[in-house]
Amino acid sequence: MRGWFSKGELFGYLSLAVLLLLIFPFALDPFRLSLISKYLCFGLVGVGLVLAWGYGGILSLGQGIFFGAGGYLMAMFLKLEASGKELPDFMVWSSTEVLPWWWEPYRSFFVTIISVLVIPALSAWVLSYLVFKKRVGGVYFAIVTQALALTLTVLLVGQQGYTGGANGITDFRSVMGWDITSDESKRVLYFIHVVLLFVVMGIGAFIIKSRLGKILIAIRDREDRVRFSGYDTAMFKAFAFTVGALFASLGGAMYSLQVGLITPTLVGAVASIEMIIYVAVGGRLSIPGAVYGALVVGFAKSMFSENFPTLWLFFFGGLFIFVVVFMPNGLAGVLDRFSAKKRSARETRLDVVAEAVPERTKA
Amino acid sequence: MAETILAVSDLSVSFDGFKAVDGLNLSIDKDELRVVIGPNGAGKTTLLDMICGKTKPSAGRIEFKRADLTKLNEYQITRAGVGRKFQTPSVYDDLTAAENLEISYPKRRGVFGSLFFRRTREIADKIREVAQEIYLEDELDTKAGILSHGQKQWLEIGMLLMQDPELMLLDEPVAGMSARERDQTADLLGRISKGRSIVLIEHDMEFVRKIAHRVTVLHQGKVLSEGSMDQVQSNPRVIEVYLGM
Repeated sequence: MRGWFSKGELFGYLSLAVLLLLIFPFALDPFRLSLISKYLCFGLVGVGLVLAWGYGGILSLGQGIFFGAGGYLMAMFLKLEASGKELPDFMVWSSTEVLPWWWEPYRSFFVTIISVLVIPALSAWVLSYLVFKKRVGGVYFAIVTQALALTLTVLLVGQQGYTGGANGITDFRSVMGWDITSDESKRVLYFIHVVLLFVVMGIGAFIIKSRLGKILIAIRDREDRVRFSGYDTAMFKAFAFTVGALFASLGGAMYSLQVGLITPTLVGAVASIEMIIYVAVGGRLSIPGAVYGALVVGFAKSMFSENFPTLWLFFFGGLFIFVVVFMPNGLAGVLDRFSAKKRSARETRLDVVAEAVPERTKA
Repeated sequence: MAETILAVSDLSVSFDGFKAVDGLNLSIDKDELRVVIGPNGAGKTTLLDMICGKTKPSAGRIEFKRADLTKLNEYQITRAGVGRKFQTPSVYDDLTAAENLEISYPKRRGVFGSLFFRRTREIADKIREVAQEIYLEDELDTKAGILSHGQKQWLEIGMLLMQDPELMLLDEPVAGMSARERDQTADLLGRISKGRSIVLIEHDMEFVRKIAHRVTVLHQGKVLSEGSMDQVQSNPRVIEVYLGM
């Protein structure tokens, strides 16, 4: 049996580790490092999309729902802690007089973490299993998720007294008394985030390399046939989608923690499509590729929107079209093709050498 | 009298008013190799589709070892012990031949069972053994998508062998094969039919003569004739249907 990782994948993981652990934290100023943290939140989403979209073939245009869910849940905790005994400021401005009962549990960090892990994943599972059981898939599923993302945005904006409305929730200070606004603690959070990212990538790789990963590929190719191999395909697709939602939720929670705010725009249709583009650029079949995609596109977005704010969306659209047309498997696909070419070139060279060696020295 | 493994009674289905299968009765014995023949549109493939759950019948019963298959869905029917090979070879193109076989291994087919599934020595041996059986032992690491047409047909039969079903439904397994591949497939079917029942659809009469125990002739969704190859070939109604006289 072949090894666990191909050369290209190994290069992806190792270079990412070197970049994130050894180069960025020492070479970048706190501002630039905080931008990297932000991009990596979408890297978490990307790993989930590699599983759901790249392997399971489930195109979700609503990953912002789960990103937002994780983000808002974490934000509720942070806001309550920052407000102390007072009512959160945005509630006061919208003349909400008592804290809603469903905010109450989020005084506890433990409850918050459990919620981030469970609520988005559970909703994703229920929704997707019901839809897949009815054999609705492909484009229709993408439309369903897109519509849900839009609906959720409207809901968040509309319920200003409970959600902070269009401004979202911001102005966080500490986690259980530990100040999170200083450069030093942001650095600590950065390292926690990178470790979390690698744990998530490890889980993703484990899933892909297991028999479940192969079944997902089989479902992507020929779902009808997989049922006749004795599998409940709806359950497998729901699982892939659920894992995607869980990773997105983690990304959202880290976003609130590190960026210090969460807004409905991060939940909406455009944000959700952006997440797809990150993964498309990096390579939807490669876990490190998806993280690279989030870094590269995130960086390009920052550069462009700082310098040419009005042109950014055009550039973004153009980039997406370019990737879809010219590199369907993203940056990782280009790397794989390149190393495959080199390998076959080397093999031919070896063949020539083997032929050139006289019979008797071979023995 | 041999034990019956599959009993189809009064089975009907219609598509947009066209009765593809119409009050069909059929009974398959344990360890029998039955060939179903009939002109195009006789309802052969539809019959297999209904047995394996791909198409839901509008009336009738399909009894397999005392379970009514019409009430189960595709994967439950597969787990009950019915394997299906489709007319156009349906293998997983992006997986290697070995992975295609591995996926078909009939244990731990739940989500978490598959997640923690490991290819043990026993399973690896089984994969190699089946690969040898289907003449693909040298192609185990080849992606199924680039196998030849005949090899894909064999691979799909191999996937069924991994599943080890008690009842195998084969839809034209030699379609598109060379003469040599046909002979190899006839040998293969002879070997694998031991200890299991097979229902096979085929057009190639020479091939049918080589392998069939009994032959069922379908016409317009009904059984026209049933018996040995010689019996059905001398049946005047069969001759009429086939030659249009």
